[in-house]
Amino acid sequence: MLDTRTPLVEMQDISISFGGIRAVDHASIDLFPGEVVGLLGHNGAGKSTLIKILSGAYRRDAGAIRINGEDATINNPRDAKAYGIETIYQQLAVADNVDAAANLFLGREITTAIGTLDDAAMESKAREVMGRLNPNFKRFKEPVKALSGGQRQSVAIARAILFNARILIMDEPTAALGPQETTQVGDLIKQLKADGIGIFLISHDIHDVFDLADRVVVMKNGQVVGTARTSDVTKDEVLGMIILGKVPAGATPGPGALQG
Amino acid sequence: MADQHAIQNTVHPSSYARNPLQRFLIATELDTRLLGMVGALAIIWIGFHILSGGLFLTPRNLWNLSVQTASVAVMVTGMVLVIVTRNIDLSVGSILGVVAMVMGVMQTDILPNQLGLGLGHPMIWVLSLAAGLLTGVAIGALQGSIIAYLRVPAFIVTLGGYLVWRGAAWWVTMGRTVAPMDPTFQLMGGGPTGSVGEFWSWVVGVIACAAIVVMLYFGRRQRLRFKFPLRPVWAEASLAIIGCSLAIAAVWVANSYPWPIRIAENYAAANGIAVPEGGLFVSHGIAIPVLIALAVGVVMTFISTRTRFGRYVFAMGGNPEAAELAGINTRWVTVKIFMLMGALCAIAAAISSARLNAATNAMGTLDELYVIAAAVIGGTSLAGGVGTIAGALLGALVMQSLQSGMVLMGLDSPLQSIVVGVVLVLAVWLDTLYRNNKH
Repeated sequence: MLDTRTPLVEMQDISISFGGIRAVDHASIDLFPGEVVGLLGHNGAGKSTLIKILSGAYRRDAGAIRINGEDATINNPRDAKAYGIETIYQQLAVADNVDAAANLFLGREITTAIGTLDDAAMESKAREVMGRLNPNFKRFKEPVKALSGGQRQSVAIARAILFNARILIMDEPTAALGPQETTQVGDLIKQLKADGIGIFLISHDIHDVFDLADRVVVMKNGQVVGTARTSDVTKDEVLGMIILGKVPAGATPGPGALQG
Repeated sequence: MADQHAIQNTVHPSSYARNPLQRFLIATELDTRLLGMVGALAIIWIGFHILSGGLFLTPRNLWNLSVQTASVAVMVTGMVLVIVTRNIDLSVGSILGVVAMVMGVMQTDILPNQLGLGLGHPMIWVLSLAAGLLTGVAIGALQGSIIAYLRVPAFIVTLGGYLVWRGAAWWVTMGRTVAPMDPTFQLMGGGPTGSVGEFWSWVVGVIACAAIVVMLYFGRRQRLRFKFPLRPVWAEASLAIIGCSLAIAAVWVANSYPWPIRIAENYAAANGIAVPEGGLFVSHGIAIPVLIALAVGVVMTFISTRTRFGRYVFAMGGNPEAAELAGINTRWVTVKIFMLMGALCAIAAAISSARLNAATNAMGTLDELYVIAAAVIGGTSLAGGVGTIAGALLGALVMQSLQSGMVLMGLDSPLQSIVVGVVLVLAVWLDTLYRNNKH
């Protein structure tokens, strides 16, 4: 199953250290258009750190990032956005004290001819996007902190969609959600995938991502243990990769694989 | 509140409220917290009026109150943005001091003597003010950069600034008081000549009324454009009437305060006007420092609610990490906030030194505390993310009303401090109750 197309994202030999600790150690991952890749590992395995390098929150010490086969310079979140990389963070990174529309357009506000904020236009567009995503969402005038976890998550996802993301990073996308909202997010991911958007799903819980992902990449102690198509391995085998670093027959081993 | 917005389109939520007062509040969409502050201010004013034996609610006292509030009011608009982003600025009083000194030396020595403009040159006030603004912005940029780029907490940087700039103010003249100020510059301090007079006060009043009506109209048109629920027409009309009445009442009060008899007589003699029986009545009208403060309030409200910069300030206060991840250059925004604060300190310094007709070493001492207190009384949360310019301006007015009322009552100054301190704590406690109740 060799894919000959150009990957949407290629991160090669990425390393980063914090105070002498190698959080990510020569890790390489890739992502193709319309593909969902699950990035798995324990807390502290380095998966969030690796992905924050892609989204511009951290700067790598070594390694290369290629977007559509071309070398990319990503030094801050603004650079990442310029490449069409949108991130939905674990901590539900929304500004609590402003309303949904302000959050959707944060950093890229619609302005009027004289450069002032066009709140009515932003609210109107927000109603349109949210209507597609979560038709029950009606609380446009309230600060986001008054919303439920699922509603906040849909605001965060709407934000990414609104700006035509090509690469979507979702860090623990369903951790804060109830079962019904989790299903909603799952449907949404399938919809985005069909549009040709590449998605990284990051989770420490295999059940969150296994059914949604085309491939999984497992990390342990900052290294990539191995990569596998979800059709080639079982959940238990992936669990073995996460816990022990043991690579099953259906997977491609990485530098972090258990030796011997 | 939740179901209020759940109603789809074009039907305004007010049509579902039963209680007429509630219905009025929802229909006009007035901020209840702000209304509460207006209520508190009314109680303070009436209370002092009774306690001082009818001295408080007089045109003379209200006019003086407005002038006394101007300097702190100008600075508090910037402090709101500083506190909203979870910072603090303890150095504003000292910046005011050093900037006042710089402007004083500019207009008494550097411009007239060393640059040879001569005393009383019409450009002196402009150049002095420009030098002051430049100094203020530069100080703000320095402090803001240390906070944003070197990551030293604002509390420490501005605590250092509090000492540094006070010391710098002394160094400008080695402690000498600079006086008198340029005559044109003095107009910024108020007084009989530093007021715009009856006619222009009415002009200001009419402009204010027109602005209120135009803003309501455009707000309505904007809602129509996107088919959002409209306020009932009666609610729009009430808002227009209330707003315009307040503007007209304020102008009327300012115009009811006449010049002192002696000054009016001199003025009459100089202009060949016959003094009628019972003395010549010349209105002060609105004082120039008050107009400056109002203009600053309008501009700062505009900046904080209608510009990207303002939106970023509030987003940063709500969740600094989210703002950063959204691609906002949070450090540069922080620097800009402190530069703005510096510029506002310079305007306040112009008002204070023009009013005193001198620049002294001690000018602005303790102002930082009054400014912070006014912002907090005005509803700015020290936890960040919450605050309004209008609220802070009201807060400044409340603080000044308390002080001026206690002076009229003849309270000792230690007792005044005790009362102000207690009120500050009480106000924040009430605010906490209000917010907890709301969510």
